[in-house]
Amino acid sequence: MSATDLTDLVRRADVCAVAVADTFRGDGEILANPIGTIAMIGGRLARATWEPDLLMTDGEAGLIANDEATPAKGDRIIETWNPYRRMFDVVWSGRRHVMMGATQVDQHGNQNIAGLGGTPTQPKTQLLGFRGAPGNTINDTTSYFVAAHGPRVFVPKVDVVTGIGYDRAAELGPVAARFHEIRRVVSNLGVFDFETPDHRMRVRSLHPGVTIDEVVEATGFELAIPEDVPTSRLPSPEELRLLSEVIDPAGTRFKEVPDPA
Amino acid sequence: MSDETFPQPRDKRLTEDEVVARLSSGSTIGIGGWGSRRKPMSLVRAILRSDLTDLHVVTYGGPEVGMLAAAGKLAKLTFAFVAPDVGPAAVLEPHFRAARQSGKLQCTELDEGMLLLGLQAAAWRVPFLPTRVGLGSDLTLVDPSLKTVRSPYPGPDGGEGEELIAQPAIHLDAALVHLNVADDRGNAAFTGPDLYFDDLLLEAAAQRFVSAERLVPSGELAAAAGDVTRLRVSRLFVDGLVEAPNGAHPTSCDPDYGRDEAFQKTYLGTAKDPALWDAFRSDWLSFATEAEYQAALAARPTEEAAS
Repeated sequence: MSATDLTDLVRRADVCAVAVADTFRGDGEILANPIGTIAMIGGRLARATWEPDLLMTDGEAGLIANDEATPAKGDRIIETWNPYRRMFDVVWSGRRHVMMGATQVDQHGNQNIAGLGGTPTQPKTQLLGFRGAPGNTINDTTSYFVAAHGPRVFVPKVDVVTGIGYDRAAELGPVAARFHEIRRVVSNLGVFDFETPDHRMRVRSLHPGVTIDEVVEATGFELAIPEDVPTSRLPSPEELRLLSEVIDPAGTRFKEVPDPA
Repeated sequence: MSDETFPQPRDKRLTEDEVVARLSSGSTIGIGGWGSRRKPMSLVRAILRSDLTDLHVVTYGGPEVGMLAAAGKLAKLTFAFVAPDVGPAAVLEPHFRAARQSGKLQCTELDEGMLLLGLQAAAWRVPFLPTRVGLGSDLTLVDPSLKTVRSPYPGPDGGEGEELIAQPAIHLDAALVHLNVADDRGNAAFTGPDLYFDDLLLEAAAQRFVSAERLVPSGELAAAAGDVTRLRVSRLFVDGLVEAPNGAHPTSCDPDYGRDEAFQKTYLGTAKDPALWDAFRSDWLSFATEAEYQAALAARPTEEAAS
């Protein structure tokens, strides 16, 4: 199969899954803890390919060895019992890279999942709450996955800082923030990082078919844009096989990120 | 002396309403489980039909928070999240959201781990526990009373000690948890995937109440639990015990039963219209006893239960 054929066949959700997998590249023997459909699929892909030593959850109380994104209860290969409370031992040890969602994320990598508008004590729209975001971001490498990139998600300043970004980390100073790292933001349009002198969000790559104008339009702040913006890499034939036959045969990833119209 | 008599062991068995009679309005109550998992719902239902009010609930929140809020029982909530389920398809709790957005519900928002530390500090009778968690986030904005503490030991660079969050102890007036099996003295076990924070809630509380799917004689408890490592609640930390089969309904109580999705969906739908909530409360939360509630559940037509 030639590269051209593959480009025609490849679907946006698969590119996202591969971009997520690459986020965990180099992590070694830590807990890869992606939360969400494609995030989990991408994490499983990382382990099934380049990062065989990663540990991953079943979303409940087990760390499992399965490649399937959501194996049936009876099929789970449990490596260790990891009940809710045990998770804090892992989070606070630093042996973890979490990928969370974000209702809002800003140019410094601050994340909000708690509330929109209003005041800190009376949000106009109450969301989930802080959950574990403060503890995740001060202790562990953190990435975000956003399935629908838009200016209401990529905002200049989040309404509530649940997960802390680079400006907050800088205010804390090098000692308090020594475990802080926001590695990537993967969206349905591209991959973003903070590898700029002042740690502002930068376009790392655009998914095939996405233009820089499209991303600028969908982002509520000024992105750092390199002179030559790479295109996100395509899945290899083996990665595509793993995705479609082993990790997500039901195709749940296409529901989270449909192909562009 | 052959006619010498000795005291009997404490009998801790209570009904749901007897537990509620020991609670008071305005008190701080910790509720076990998390999200829509193993919530002590039979005890929550007893609170809902009582005249208790102005409660401060501390919990890894699920539908019990929304029900108590919608029924006007809640004055304050300490939480890290409230969700009838948490996961890829996280659903938000509409009754909780309405209460929160009204500004009438006083809230202490925390990171999940800070809630753990606050309960642990109370259980260990220390005023706070230090943590890195919360530094740099807006938790200090939503809770201006949250303080930091400076380590008296040198920092990792040999310089000044690190500044950390001082998570204050969260003392509970009472804790309510639901477990799978217990003996009649208050020793209890979880047989599902996770104990969650139930033991810690009990240890952080002045009054400690356990409901359980079934009660067995002490001699049969380890066998019923499956393994001694599951005997995680000791009668040291239990004052009252309620036998409550199906007591976590509509939340899950693995491996005894899963969540009643249809029932929960109906409940969540009642936030759209006060009339729907009133009808739901009247239909399902106004029985005089838990037994009547369970009988009404059992009498549901199968198609309704499945819809």
